[in-house]
Amino acid sequence: MNPPILKIDNLESYYGPIMAIRGVSLIVEEGQIVTVLGANGAGKTTLLKTISGIMDPEKGTISFMGEKIQGKEPDKIVQKGITHVPEGREVFPILTVEENLRMGAYSRRDKENIHTDLDLVYDYFPILRKCKSQQAGTLSGGQQQMMAIGRGLMARPKIMLLDEPSLGLSPLLTRDIFLIIKRLNVEQGVTMILVEQNAKVALDVANYGYVMELGRIVMSDHSSKLQSSKDIQEFYLGQSEQASERGQKRWKQRKTWR
Amino acid sequence: MQLVISGLAMGCVYGLIAMGFVLIYKATEAVNFAQGDMMMLGAFITLGLTNDQYMALPFWISVPIAISLMGCLGYLLDSLIIRRMFGQSQLAVVILTIALGFVARFLAGAIWGHDPQSLESPISGQYFRISDIVIGVPEIWIIGITISLTVVLFVFFAKTKLGVAMQAASQNQMAAYYMGIPVRRVNSLIWALSGIVAAIAGILFASKNAIDPGTGLLGIKAFAAAVIGGLGSLPGALLGGLLIGLIEPFAARYLEGDIARIMPYLVLVLILIFRPHGILSQVQKKKV
Repeated sequence: MNPPILKIDNLESYYGPIMAIRGVSLIVEEGQIVTVLGANGAGKTTLLKTISGIMDPEKGTISFMGEKIQGKEPDKIVQKGITHVPEGREVFPILTVEENLRMGAYSRRDKENIHTDLDLVYDYFPILRKCKSQQAGTLSGGQQQMMAIGRGLMARPKIMLLDEPSLGLSPLLTRDIFLIIKRLNVEQGVTMILVEQNAKVALDVANYGYVMELGRIVMSDHSSKLQSSKDIQEFYLGQSEQASERGQKRWKQRKTWR
Repeated sequence: MQLVISGLAMGCVYGLIAMGFVLIYKATEAVNFAQGDMMMLGAFITLGLTNDQYMALPFWISVPIAISLMGCLGYLLDSLIIRRMFGQSQLAVVILTIALGFVARFLAGAIWGHDPQSLESPISGQYFRISDIVIGVPEIWIIGITISLTVVLFVFFAKTKLGVAMQAASQNQMAAYYMGIPVRRVNSLIWALSGIVAAIAGILFASKNAIDPGTGLLGIKAFAAAVIGGLGSLPGALLGGLLIGLIEPFAARYLEGDIARIMPYLVLVLILIFRPHGILSQVQKKKV
């Protein structure tokens, strides 16, 4: 097997005085979709921000294709081929859609290919072509999310970090966006790290999953195995066949990792 | 008519300084109160390079030198001083720029003295007549250069990659980081740009008026212009500058002295009451 494209070892990151990541290690193989699940405040977003250089780790290493990249400036990391599609889309509200997309390609030197990539993005998200000269702030939430993914794609990344693409979207739109995410992974060969609260859709598209809690990884397995794990079903998928009978006892139930 | 032209010319200078305010405000959300003093410095550097009692260089050589010096100064100010205030409140940055303004004023006084001096530029002091209207050549230059500079800036921000990136960084700094835009360098470049604009404004001002180290206080009027136009809008800054430039001479002519001097600020107050975001403001909406 090839060496992993991204390998994180014993990473620790602080969010102000709070230790948000407490020694996380994970491995991403090329071509995979790896999902990181967890509740609010588990440290998922901090993990992505540390990978993309927005935050600097206190300890630990991140190696991308064999090269240590922890603590580098975000513009250097984008140039190496890691793009971050941030939580809450973070569009440039009074630039047009097309200008937004072009900003995604800011770090690229190969001008001639940018145009074909723009067409590629428009092919995946036809709706963006229709409103390409509209200001991005006037788009709907779903369109903004598509634009944010498209903008990330414009950097021609080897790895894309997706932070809660389903945030604030209807179930139907979430499904559409995840279909496109899967297509991008298969057709364009983009490796992805997908952070999600919506464990069901995330496990459906992902090959491998990690579960984070309070800054630590508490569980990791192939996503099909995670899907059938009892803990995951209880706490993240919310399946509750037995819940009615032991609903009131649930507060007592311990997770296997505690 | 004469009042209109001299008012427009003065308004252009205000407008250029106001653009400097707007550039920095948009990028960093801090107001650089040293903008007027940067203009004064630009003017004095040109004067120091050109005038006979100092270095006596030809005018057309000292102008590009002064402009590039001010550009470097702007870049260094940001990268060495302002950037260290990152994470402090905006107020701290504002006070810092006021202090820098004082430093610039006394520095200029120490080097060039506190007496008003005029720049020996080839365009100053000439005029021509159309029937009975006297038009100064500097005024034509001021208006012409301001228009072309505005066009250049417009094209720069709308069409070039760096210009769009500057807009992007000012609209959503976090997202700009995510996109791999080197935000810190872009901010320093904006300071450089505003230094350049200040230098041009200074040179234009000095070719019409005598300058002394206190000239920078003009920046306050230009700040009023920027607010009138809408802090955050370059065309608004120019418009506000022109408005103030036009109000001044007319008020001085038709109203009593002290009342006339109030007029620009009265307009400022009125506009703040009725259009608190300024005349041309970009209202940003962000959806979740």
